[in-house]
Amino acid sequence: MAKLILQKPKGFYDSFYRKPGDKENTHYCPGCGHGIIHKLIAEAIEDFGIGDRTIMVSPVGCSVFVYYYFNTGNIQVAHGRAPAVATGIKRANPNSIVISYQGDGDLAAIGGNNILQAANRGEHITVFFVNNAIYGMTGGQLAPTTLPGMKTSTTPYGRDIQNEGPPMKVVELLSSLDGPTYLERTAVMSNASIAKTRKAIRKALQCQIDGLGFSMVEMLSACNSGWKVDPKEQYKWMEEMMLPTFPLGVVKDVREEREGWFRETRTMTDEAIKQELDLTMPEPTIFPSELKKGSYHNPSIKLAGFGGQGILSAGAMLANAGMEQALETSWIPSYGPEMRGGTAYCFVNLSNKPIGSPTVTNPDVLMAFNRPSLEKFEAEVKPGGLLMYDSTIIDIEPTRKDIEVLPVPATQIAEDLGNTRMANTVMVGAYIAQTGIMAPAAIDQTLPLALKRKTMVDANKKALAAGVDYVMSR
Amino acid sequence: MAKEFIKGNDAIVKAALLAGCQSFYGYPITPASEVAHAAAKYFPRVGRTFLQAESEIAAIQMVYGAAAAGQRSMTASSSPGISLKMEGISYLAGAELPCVIVDIMRGGPGLGNISPEQSDYNQVIKGGGHGNYRLIVLAPNGAQEMCDLTFKAFDLADKYRNPAMLLADGFVGQMMEPVAFPAPIEELPAKEWALRATAESKDNLVNSIYLDNDELEQRNYDLTAKHDEIEANEVMYEEYLTEDADMILVGYGIISRILRTVVDLARADGLKVGLVRPITLWPFPKKIFAELSGRINSFFVVEMSEGQMIDDVKLASGCSRPTHFYNRMGGNVPTVDEILAAVREKYTATAV
Ligand SMILES: Cc1ncc(C[n+]2csc(CCOP(=O)(O)OP(=O)(O)O)c2C)c(N)n1
Ligand code: SF4
Ligand SMILES: [Mg+2]
Repeated sequence: MAKLILQKPKGFYDSFYRKPGDKENTHYCPGCGHGIIHKLIAEAIEDFGIGDRTIMVSPVGCSVFVYYYFNTGNIQVAHGRAPAVATGIKRANPNSIVISYQGDGDLAAIGGNNILQAANRGEHITVFFVNNAIYGMTGGQLAPTTLPGMKTSTTPYGRDIQNEGPPMKVVELLSSLDGPTYLERTAVMSNASIAKTRKAIRKALQCQIDGLGFSMVEMLSACNSGWKVDPKEQYKWMEEMMLPTFPLGVVKDVREEREGWFRETRTMTDEAIKQELDLTMPEPTIFPSELKKGSYHNPSIKLAGFGGQGILSAGAMLANAGMEQALETSWIPSYGPEMRGGTAYCFVNLSNKPIGSPTVTNPDVLMAFNRPSLEKFEAEVKPGGLLMYDSTIIDIEPTRKDIEVLPVPATQIAEDLGNTRMANTVMVGAYIAQTGIMAPAAIDQTLPLALKRKTMVDANKKALAAGVDYVMSR
Repeated sequence: MAKEFIKGNDAIVKAALLAGCQSFYGYPITPASEVAHAAAKYFPRVGRTFLQAESEIAAIQMVYGAAAAGQRSMTASSSPGISLKMEGISYLAGAELPCVIVDIMRGGPGLGNISPEQSDYNQVIKGGGHGNYRLIVLAPNGAQEMCDLTFKAFDLADKYRNPAMLLADGFVGQMMEPVAFPAPIEELPAKEWALRATAESKDNLVNSIYLDNDELEQRNYDLTAKHDEIEANEVMYEEYLTEDADMILVGYGIISRILRTVVDLARADGLKVGLVRPITLWPFPKKIFAELSGRINSFFVVEMSEGQMIDDVKLASGCSRPTHFYNRMGGNVPTVDEILAAVREKYTATAV
């Protein structure tokens, strides 16, 4: 067990109370780079006075127990996901200092996309990335950073770059992105290199404290157990094996170019929230109406025609108005294979009891706006039901004798009003006049909700009235 | 109260914001994208966080972070995306973090299609992720419930520190119906356990590791005790004309709406048919099935899957009554008529 010979920095717990057994020493192997790096981070947290607002993210790897040591808020996360979790924490609390501590398997293999994307978003977090060229925790397997020719448990004959590819250079990779602010690679071996690492850690944290964006330090770190190297030889090994592949130094530093980011929090009144959520329906007015026939009660209505004929909005007119007249209503569009045959349709239910199935095989009412939908859906209408069709456009007549048929020259009427596209509204007017299910004023009241173009409200009121008149004067 | 005529998918988002949800992390997938679209529009308007994550895996982990920080947080996806979220869901359950996950189910397996199915039942109710955990699963059958059960999901998640799911399909999501929205929640109780980046909360740890076998076993017992409590207290279901019924139809979500009409039509034909609709799929309303099996002739389960919930109906009723089954798959929603025909065929009155 590595002894922390010097006094523990305040960034650490006085006693590692969460750790089973020995509460004084870390769980790392003697000579392990993690222990030294922990200490450098803990000192920085202490010196910056940020312990109370820091949240350390423990990864999966030998450093899975980061939370044993750091006297900060702590969270342990899934393998590789630390940058995504850190994103959620930081955005929930912009005042927090969020540190993602990750190994090379965690960060560069399984979590590769998570680090890439967090870096690219310029997430306001700090990542301490411990590159020991191996999976320490799981028994010394190949890491993305394992060196060419290096023997590991899963490359017993040495890393073959034809098979596993060459080592991944993470800070260089991230430096090609515009998102990150500060990227540096250091090593944890000689006193001089440790001093540089100490400085880099502080710069990275300061970057976050100042709100300047994403910062990361990649630290080359010893894992003599994983490498199967004598601890006394480990730094020599690093020097010979790692340094040629992983050059040290600042890879990116654009702190000067970044502006401090501090998100202000907003408080909103209930009214303002409802306004912003478009929850602004006024109390409805109920207009008296009288059904003309018992069979017009609680209709399920199918509206069908070409896409672009306003089928869906005609349905929405009825449903919106029905809701405001205290009816249960539902509206559901149906596309699918029918679209290809030239028909789009929707179902509307108006009822004074809870609506069961929002679609039915045999609707009470069919409004057909083109010939294919009349041909296709006439047979579906429930015996005794009502079939309305646009007799301007449809040049055939329905053949059923067991249903009520009402031709409406809707397109002609709309054209007389100056816009054939209002044929849908004419048809709705004809329907409510024929059935008495709602007063025209009920539709007028909610027209603005059903129409995309609010400038068309008045014209559509006229079209509705014309549809009503057509039926009344028949 | 004034109602809004609104799509179920939109109702979820507005309800979440009224319920105090502070962040939405998502990844596009049809037919759940509409939820993300509405969230992208409305979350920023009220000063909340919307972020499109790099994947469903990341989105659920962002929720993990946000939930750990004490926020009400949510994500929405559809079946293949839910498969990817399973890792995160297990961790959320293991660390006892509350959040809401929306699953607008689609056809599977594999890429399947984008039409409605109910074939995620097993993956969300029976585990999906690793370990002993339970997801609280609510199955709305209309726009009003998309709103009400979103509120409920956040409340249950917080109450039990457990992830909760809204399980729906594109049919319920696309349908517009009147919705009465409640007033915005003013203030939520503080979460003492959360990582709030303060001196007082500094000792808090969010974690699912228990190295010691006995400790982890105890941890699992504790979770089981919580699951038992949820099962005892939070079951929701709806009964329709069950009192004198010989045959009980069973279905959830959009199917329950169709079955309601089937019941009406069957009754008009003199068949004594009733309906039980589970609203909480977990906890599953076991008692009502046990109870009913003592006085009915048969169950008739309808699902848009190969037959997943039917196992729970059989378990709950101890397989003591014939349990008929009718299903459609691949995005086909069964019609009232086809179900009615199948019901007629299987219906027999209980001998008195
Ligand atoms: C999803 C998942 N896959 C695999 C593992 C097993 N696992 C634990 S640690 C680890 C490798 C860690 O290596 P690294 O990130 O380099 O950390 P080190 O131990 O070297 O510090 C793996 C593969 C896991 N815990 N979770
Ligand atoms: S296995 Fe390697 S990384 Fe893990 S504690 Fe030992 S030396 Fe450190
Ligand atoms: Mg490693």
